[in-house]
Amino acid sequence: MSPAIRVSQVTKRYRELVALAGIDLEIGQGEFFGLLGPNGAGKTTLISALAGLVRPDAGRLWVMGHDVQQDYRKARRQLGVVPQEIVFDPFFSVRETLRFQSGYFGIRHNDDWIDEILANLDLTAKADVGMRALSGGMKRRVLVAQALVHRPPVIVLDEPTAGVDVELRQTLWGFIRRLNGEGHTVVLTTHYLEEAENLCGRIAMMKNGRIVALDSTSNLLRRFSAHTLRLRLEGGAPLPALQSARAERQGDHWVIAFEHFSQVERVLAEIRAAGAVVEDMTTAQPDLEDVFVKIMGQEELPS
Amino acid sequence: MTGFTTLLYKEVLRFWKVGFQTLAAPILTAMLYLLIFSHVLEGHVQVYDALPYTAFLVPGLVMMSLLQNAFANSSSSLIQSKVMGSIIFILLPPISNFAFFAAFVLAAVLRGLAVGLGVLLVTVFFAPLQFDQLAWVAAFAVLGGALLGTLGVLAGLWADKFDQLAAFQNFLIMPLTFLSGVFYSIHSLPPFWQQVSRYNPVFYIIDGFRHGFFGMSDVSPWLSLAVVVGCLCALTVAALLLLGRGYKLRV
Ligand SMILES: Nc1ncnc2c1ncn2[C@@H]1O[C@H](COP(=O)(O)OP(=O)(O)O)[C@@H](O)[C@H]1O
Ligand SMILES: [Mg+2]
Repeated sequence: MSPAIRVSQVTKRYRELVALAGIDLEIGQGEFFGLLGPNGAGKTTLISALAGLVRPDAGRLWVMGHDVQQDYRKARRQLGVVPQEIVFDPFFSVRETLRFQSGYFGIRHNDDWIDEILANLDLTAKADVGMRALSGGMKRRVLVAQALVHRPPVIVLDEPTAGVDVELRQTLWGFIRRLNGEGHTVVLTTHYLEEAENLCGRIAMMKNGRIVALDSTSNLLRRFSAHTLRLRLEGGAPLPALQSARAERQGDHWVIAFEHFSQVERVLAEIRAAGAVVEDMTTAQPDLEDVFVKIMGQEELPS
Repeated sequence: MTGFTTLLYKEVLRFWKVGFQTLAAPILTAMLYLLIFSHVLEGHVQVYDALPYTAFLVPGLVMMSLLQNAFANSSSSLIQSKVMGSIIFILLPPISNFAFFAAFVLAAVLRGLAVGLGVLLVTVFFAPLQFDQLAWVAAFAVLGGALLGTLGVLAGLWADKFDQLAAFQNFLIMPLTFLSGVFYSIHSLPPFWQQVSRYNPVFYIIDGFRHGFFGMSDVSPWLSLAVVVGCLCALTVAALLLLGRGYKLRV
């Protein structure tokens, strides 16, 4: 079975600026994959190269085993892209827009599926409204719908929830999750790390045109973030030396990182044994933001 | 094939929906030209023996409107979708370069023909309609529309902004159409300008078109046909090469 997406040695420059500095990436069929990174990292450029909108200077890309340059017809049929920018054709209604998009993919009578997409994105009431008259959030939904008209096995969403209200986010992710459950591969870029943490099974982090981290979400969380115990001792007392965990001082609190809750018991036992008394205590989950900040703060990984 | 027909249909619907601006307005403009020029020049200008000036003017005006609107259709549609970003809707699907090209050109031809036909119908009130050989009329109408539609594709691909397109229109299309014998026979020009006109492909479109109406023309319609087909082939090749390279579309 060919991977849903394969990227090999792809580079792209805009004059001096290196937008993609040799990307290698493989995304398996059925994955829910996150592509994260600060603005300008190269996420959109990579997606555009995949969609054939950008021609890489070197390297090759495949969608479901089809080379996006040489076998572009098959590759494009397998791919649905929701672009980062809100764009629309002001002359047409929502339904016309979706019918045209179906036709471009060679699909003639697609109204049943179009109706289903509209219903799933809460767009049914707007079906015959002109694109010009829609709010930004509604236009965004239409972009999602346009990317899905040809039931692409691979769906790529470039910041689909940027500046979008909670309601759309929930509708959207409900639908996309369902599609992923039915076997569609989903690739997503977002600045909402919580979203990525909840949705994505695997994550690549990009910086300056390179992939600087690539792992399953749970591994990333484990490697770069930990559960923490935050506590203060009576009278602001210093923490006794701990055998069972590392600690660092934050004001008059101590932050102690641990991996398993069984460690907490030992930490507390050590504190008690040293004669100190805990006055205040909270725990925190590992989160992707932590991972992101740590990875982006690192120097370039040795290649 | 569905990709092509859908894109063609979309392009036709695009101008049809704003028909007041894309069809009615140019027909009105042509009518004003006819009104003024025929009124001022009738009886003062002798073009072909025994042919009233107004009758002579009609095919030229019809063709000028046809050509300008064919150019306007493909070029404005392309630049608009480039500037708005909606061009990606036709770049993401598996539409071949040729289908892309053909849909834009054919839609341009259809808009040109619609406007041309409209102008022709209006002129019936000014001069009796006559056809000598309808085949020439049809051939030059379609080929002329295709040539300017193709030029519109090239201009739309090249231009990044609306004002660049306006410059193209003002400094190339307008002079080419005005200096092509719309309002006169080139035989009434001084020899130097006669010679210059012969390098203007639009002259051949209009001359051949006029031949279909009156059976009279400045040069043989076969020569005109050869020139127009030659130019169309050259521009088509150029447009397909640019599309193949993804010129300004796939950067
Ligand atoms: N058409 C272009 N011309 C010049 N520079 C570009 C172009 N597109 C993108 N870039 C540059 O390439 C880099 C990567 O951009 P992009 O892929 O949009 O990043 P991201 O989507 O991760 O925010 C940025 O520095 C951006 O300014
Ligand atoms: Mg981006």
